[in-house]
Amino acid sequence: MLSTFLAVLRRDLLLAWRGRADVLVTLAFFVIVVCLFPFGVGAEPNQLRAIAPGVLWVAALLACLLSLHRLFAQDHADGTLEQLLLSSEPAALWVAAKVLAFWLSTGLPVVAVAPGLALLLDLEQGALPVLVLSLALGTPILGLLGAVGAALTLGLRGGGMLLALLVLPLFVPVLIFGAGAVEAEASGTGAAAHLLLLGGGLAGALALAPWACAAALRISTD
Amino acid sequence: MLEVDDLACLKGDRLLFRGLAFRLQAGELLRVAGPNGVGKTSLLRLVTGLALAEAGEVRWQGCPIRRDREAFHRELLYLGHAPSINDLLSPLENLRFACAAAGDGSDEEACTQALVRIGLANQLDLPARVLSQGQRRRVGLARLFLSARRALWVLDEPFTALDVKAVADLAQALSDHCAGGGMVMLTTHQDAPFAVAPRVLDVGAYAC
Repeated sequence: MLSTFLAVLRRDLLLAWRGRADVLVTLAFFVIVVCLFPFGVGAEPNQLRAIAPGVLWVAALLACLLSLHRLFAQDHADGTLEQLLLSSEPAALWVAAKVLAFWLSTGLPVVAVAPGLALLLDLEQGALPVLVLSLALGTPILGLLGAVGAALTLGLRGGGMLLALLVLPLFVPVLIFGAGAVEAEASGTGAAAHLLLLGGGLAGALALAPWACAAALRISTD
Repeated sequence: MLEVDDLACLKGDRLLFRGLAFRLQAGELLRVAGPNGVGKTSLLRLVTGLALAEAGEVRWQGCPIRRDREAFHRELLYLGHAPSINDLLSPLENLRFACAAAGDGSDEEACTQALVRIGLANQLDLPARVLSQGQRRRVGLARLFLSARRALWVLDEPFTALDVKAVADLAQALSDHCAGGGMVMLTTHQDAPFAVAPRVLDVGAYAC
């Protein structure tokens, strides 16, 4: 059982490495979107500091959305998905492995460069650990929820746009608590409540999303 | 034994066939025949459980496949129209992943031998995107040599793009599997030199 999980994880990470241009594009998108804001709203430090948590979180969310459609598309096109669905191992298991590989290759780099961009927006240094922690807890939720949407829109015409319409509303609570955590820390009220809620959301998504995603994949390949 | 009863298949809003029934006993080779578009691939997908039948039932060893999917899938090998090969991986990596994902072991030595046996000794480490159609097809078919313990083989157009010698070798492997008590169900439009002439199921006879 564990061997299937590890085989899928290893393969997807290997594919992400061999197709690393895609990963770099996602990361570059994140950096550029954040850098656009000072040009748009002006380089007034107080203003930038105030909008920094929201800007970073929205950019991270869009970067995640940008690569979501790739999660199952290639496997669906070349027949690998059918073979995985015919595996005698539970589908939720390899779905979880795919989402983990997706997060390691797109979510983790975003989490890693976020502190640098936060300095660019003059976010308070004390809030940086909370920013990293909130992104580390929040981006896996985006990946898990997004995987269900990606599975449902698999093989549809204009699936990418539909996927955005489907999952962006579901991302709203994550955005509220993620950006809220950084703001709360910067304003000195403490981010514990927000981070605990994000952690709870992650635990819930981990428990439920792989099953929902597996069921959606069975429907999409029917 | 594989039993199919009163099967009907709906594609979009068109009924492809209905009332289709057959039995497949251990040691039998069944060729699914019929013109293009009659529903051969759809029938194979229904039998594997990938698609849901509009009516009717598929049973494996007397148990509906929906009820005990995992036990059925442990006994099943399905090679579909798409070769399930990723272009960025080498044949060996593709084969090892296919075996591991299916729940078989992914022993490197055994996988290498299977690829050598199917004639890809010189392409083991090349990325799959540089392989020809026939070579890609062979990477998928190499799984046959690692799946002897799976009783039911369901193959969709396995002979496509293969050269004459490879067709003969594959026909021999399928005959051997049947001789060993396995079952094979396949679609093909070409004549292959099977040891025993296969039983033919004409889907066209059940078309609507």
